[in-house]
Amino acid sequence: MGDAWIAREISLSPRVVFPNKILPYLLVAPQLAITLVFFYWPAGQALYQSMLRQDPFGLKSRFVWFANFRKVLADPAYLNSIKVTVMFSLATAIVAMVVALLLAVMAEKAVRGKGLYRTLLIWPYAVAPAIAGMLWLFLFNPSIGSLAYLLRSLGIAWDPLLNGTHAMILLVSAAAWKQISYNFLFFVAGLQAVPKTLIEAAAMDGAGETKRFWTIIFPLLAPTTFFLLVVNTVYALFDTFGIVHAVTGGGPGKTTETLVYKVYNDGFVNLILGDSAAQSVILMAIVIALTAIQFRYVERKVHYG
Amino acid sequence: MKFLGFAAGIAATVTLLSTTSAFAVTQISWWHAMTGANAEVVAKISKDFNASQSDYELVPVFKGTYPETLNAGIAAFRAGQAPDILQVFDVGTGVMMAAEGAIKPVADVMTGAGMTFDKSQYLPGIVGYYSKPDGTMLSFPYNSSSPILYYNKDIFQKAGLDVNNPPKTWNEVWEAAKKIKTSGAASCGYTSTWLTWIHLENFAAWNDVPWATQQNGLAGGDVELKINAPIFVNHFQALADLAKDGTFKYGGRTSEAKQIFLAGECGIFTESSGGLGDIVKSGMNYGIGQLPYDSDAKGAPQNTTPGGASLWVFGNKSDEEYKGVAAFFAYLSKTDVQEYLHQKSGYLPVTLAAYEATKKSGFYDKNAGRETPILQMIGKPPTDNSKGVRLPNLPQVRDIQNEELEKMLAGQQTAQQALDNAVARGNAAIKEALDN
Repeated sequence: MGDAWIAREISLSPRVVFPNKILPYLLVAPQLAITLVFFYWPAGQALYQSMLRQDPFGLKSRFVWFANFRKVLADPAYLNSIKVTVMFSLATAIVAMVVALLLAVMAEKAVRGKGLYRTLLIWPYAVAPAIAGMLWLFLFNPSIGSLAYLLRSLGIAWDPLLNGTHAMILLVSAAAWKQISYNFLFFVAGLQAVPKTLIEAAAMDGAGETKRFWTIIFPLLAPTTFFLLVVNTVYALFDTFGIVHAVTGGGPGKTTETLVYKVYNDGFVNLILGDSAAQSVILMAIVIALTAIQFRYVERKVHYG
Repeated sequence: MKFLGFAAGIAATVTLLSTTSAFAVTQISWWHAMTGANAEVVAKISKDFNASQSDYELVPVFKGTYPETLNAGIAAFRAGQAPDILQVFDVGTGVMMAAEGAIKPVADVMTGAGMTFDKSQYLPGIVGYYSKPDGTMLSFPYNSSSPILYYNKDIFQKAGLDVNNPPKTWNEVWEAAKKIKTSGAASCGYTSTWLTWIHLENFAAWNDVPWATQQNGLAGGDVELKINAPIFVNHFQALADLAKDGTFKYGGRTSEAKQIFLAGECGIFTESSGGLGDIVKSGMNYGIGQLPYDSDAKGAPQNTTPGGASLWVFGNKSDEEYKGVAAFFAYLSKTDVQEYLHQKSGYLPVTLAAYEATKKSGFYDKNAGRETPILQMIGKPPTDNSKGVRLPNLPQVRDIQNEELEKMLAGQQTAQQALDNAVARGNAAIKEALDN
């Protein structure tokens, strides 16, 4: 019903035409300039660098076409990093969304102090990734962390320094915790958009609370959920460098080395610029693909405002 | 509004003043990575140097951690904006050496300014590390440290160990650690920072066994790691076995284990002599011993290799700037400056004269253990195995070693497997780096 109405609205409104031929270009020029300087130029540089083999100081360089890509894609450490990234991103997205949905439903049900709960739940979003990482690191540090102490007294041999699974759990917790607020906001907005009449009608027909949630509210939240799934995956893929850097540094072994962290590590610690650039170009391709998916499938179904 | 105008006035005046002074003197930029008490040392040395003469102005700039400072220097060089002096940590030495076109050897800087660089005045272990195979001094040793053994005297007492007699060999360390654990004196016996630096690089030098071919890389060429020799395997298998029941506790790849020792969780601890400050500050009843050696090694103990950092001079600067840099290095070599640096920061003095002067002043009598790292380094003239290690990609090779050792400590592989893997992966990475 909503879609049809919007379609009619668009077809009825007249096309806006600028009489001046130059003005539109002038108006978008600043934006274009920024995009050129901050996106196309560095992206071009990365592309060029990814086909070079160079010493750190740039004294000697050799054009090698796609040799760096071949090397990177044949590197078992890179394949491991892909696996780590997929696992980390999915776990983070799912944990962040499930917890956020639960909290949103609970906050909606609160009779008093709804505003207070919401404000408190949105706070973590304002915390910088590296700070969030440090916070969790302190809580779960094997020797000084208070929560690590608790875990140990419960008989769990908590050791994220040597146990890869523990390190991953710590990382996912920190990354998801930071993203819960964002998801919470969208779910609260989504819940408010669910027509009360539908819920009341179902209640009168004798549907219980759980039944109402799964048959009415959850399906109506689907566009929000799908949108958040993409946003959360992108967040976990690209926005969590600070957390990884602060919490595990990619270790133990290489069990928490995500793709983004590997770009940094190979480029800025190991100083292998060609490999690092090739990896960034691959990441760029992934972002472009994800964005395309979002525009093609998600934008159509989610309406803002 | 009034306040803003006032502030702007001050800013303008300051700018004016600083530009006027810039005309009179040559500015020498120094990018460094020192924090805390060590940053205060940098500030004081710079201030005193500037006050001591009027031709040059040394401007120290803090650039972050060691790796961040190295990266900032490299990025600045690529952009044509390199500083005059860059502080580079020991691990980055090979990176800088491989960049011959980017740097100017310290020896050349000194002779160009009409000064001579008398190597015999400096601690031999340190000079050897920062020289080319032909003996040309490449960088100026600013802060050098050496790994030593610390122990918690209260825990020793509780475990019934001799408080005045720290373990001398690794076997004694293992035995003492087990006793600490089983007696319940502490939850862990032994921990260590920097496994790669202490248990591989210094372990090799101290026991006089090769870490790699080609004088551990100092002679250049095709370097191959030798760290899967039986002596290393036995050492790490012992460590891995102790890790199983928590007698040895792993803290992390760099200095993280210091927290464990400071928290009183472990009784014995190996760490850089530069880490002494925090231990003193904690108020712990601590003792210091030499770095333990392997009782099976024939030449042990030989000598330890320097850690820390040195100052590199970039190429393509003006003669005036080089003269300023030379004047600063000459100033840094002065006995009273070195004495101050050594006693304040806990790093080693780089000149023999400063060491003698500190000794004469009675500093070591009052501060037990402060002489240990120096004695370890200068006790014997270095052999081919103990001048230090050098690779064009040492940071990467250390990462590989850490990864394999972590897998070993987690019980996923034996010491033999871990070291074999570290050698195979490390050699491949070295070949790759040399091929660049």
